[in-house]
Amino acid sequence: MDNAIVTSLVSVVIGTVFFAILAPIVGCLLDGIDRKVSARMQGRVGPNILQPYWDVRKLLLKERASVNTTEGTYVNAALFFALVAGGIFFSGGNFLLVVFVITLSSLFFIVAAYSTRSPYAEIGASRETLQVMSYEPMVLLTSVAMFMIAGTFNVSGLFTMSSPLICGGWAVFAGLLFVLTIKLRKSPFDISSSHHAHQEIVKGITTEMSGPTLAKVEIMHWCENVLFLGWVGMFFVYGGLPSVLLGVLVAVVVYFFEIWIDNNFARVKWQAMLKWAWIVAIVAGGLNIAVLAFF
Amino acid sequence: MGFASKSPWVIHYDASSCNGCDIEVLAALCPGYDVERFGIINTGNPKHADIFLVTGSVNEQNIRVVQEIYNQMLEPKVVVACGCCACTGGVFHDSYNVLGGVDQAIPVDVYAPGCAVRPEAIIDAVVEGLAVLEQKSEALQQQRKGA
Ligand code: SF4
Repeated sequence: MDNAIVTSLVSVVIGTVFFAILAPIVGCLLDGIDRKVSARMQGRVGPNILQPYWDVRKLLLKERASVNTTEGTYVNAALFFALVAGGIFFSGGNFLLVVFVITLSSLFFIVAAYSTRSPYAEIGASRETLQVMSYEPMVLLTSVAMFMIAGTFNVSGLFTMSSPLICGGWAVFAGLLFVLTIKLRKSPFDISSSHHAHQEIVKGITTEMSGPTLAKVEIMHWCENVLFLGWVGMFFVYGGLPSVLLGVLVAVVVYFFEIWIDNNFARVKWQAMLKWAWIVAIVAGGLNIAVLAFF
Repeated sequence: MGFASKSPWVIHYDASSCNGCDIEVLAALCPGYDVERFGIINTGNPKHADIFLVTGSVNEQNIRVVQEIYNQMLEPKVVVACGCCACTGGVFHDSYNVLGGVDQAIPVDVYAPGCAVRPEAIIDAVVEGLAVLEQKSEALQQQRKGA
């Protein structure tokens, strides 16, 4: 085999292992902070920062039950591909591949819900499909803009640039922030499964998932959140370490902003989500790419 | 303390309550009492819940619903009867279709009296229920090791 392929494969494997260890820890703390900050915004004391960790440990102790034999396998596959996507991204791999692999992970998650044949889970699954439909154009336009600015799809290629992606791609960045609310499952776009029981049809896409299976879904969401915040930080990375720190700082600020949005907006209908996500993708993404192409 | 009692997720079902107790259950989730401090989350899904809060008495119509929710919950699980109606049938006990307290339908672990049951009483009952939850969790682990 070609040497370059072997090197990139090895780096993806190493990256995936590191991501599988670190992302759940970071994602869990982020989730804990989210719940604490949300509670404070609502005038409550809120749970311990470690509450999400305790939740998952409890779920792992629960009785094992599943409505069929395949659901668990699909959820395992979804978790696996989420980890691989994170591994590719943080080892400096191909951004386009990251987008495809994380979408594959979402698809397995959707299939897991559909496989249960529960009407509630099916509503959740079809809504999750609509969410994927909503954010995918903007994410793909982001990778196109990245290629036009950096000349490469490789995340590691960003470190050799003289100015960060945000300089030529601030409109794409704004568009990505818009769909990030969908990806992080925050209100007003928490269509497929809300954290808040009172506005949910049973429990959306995770209705039939319980105990250890639900624990895996939680861990998958933590990893996804870390990956998506990585995408935000990516826009500020160039040259050396200070730019990485800037990227992390911006990601933290954006996360706080998302929590604020979550607490201040009621859920919209899926029609509005789909419409606005596509309008934003076409306007922000399309214009930015047109400018990059012609000027 | 094990993890079972650190993250008790509840499901609330209104059997045939007059809605007095239901309002109190929801009040416990509001800023004034904020039970999320203890990791308590109100889920709408029996498959995710650890604690079953029932308000109101059981009657001919809803006994099957109460049993269905109970059966869908996974072990370890705890049932808390909230309010006099849920404990004994309360003021409706001699109504023509009322069967009595929740214990006529499913095993109840903790009884929280009051008409309406006060949020403090609900929180006390749930904390009491946590000890039971912990015991059941222990037993489940032992059983798993044995098997
Ligand atoms: S105990 Fe009192 S307040 Fe509660 S449901 Fe019965 S009658 Fe209503």
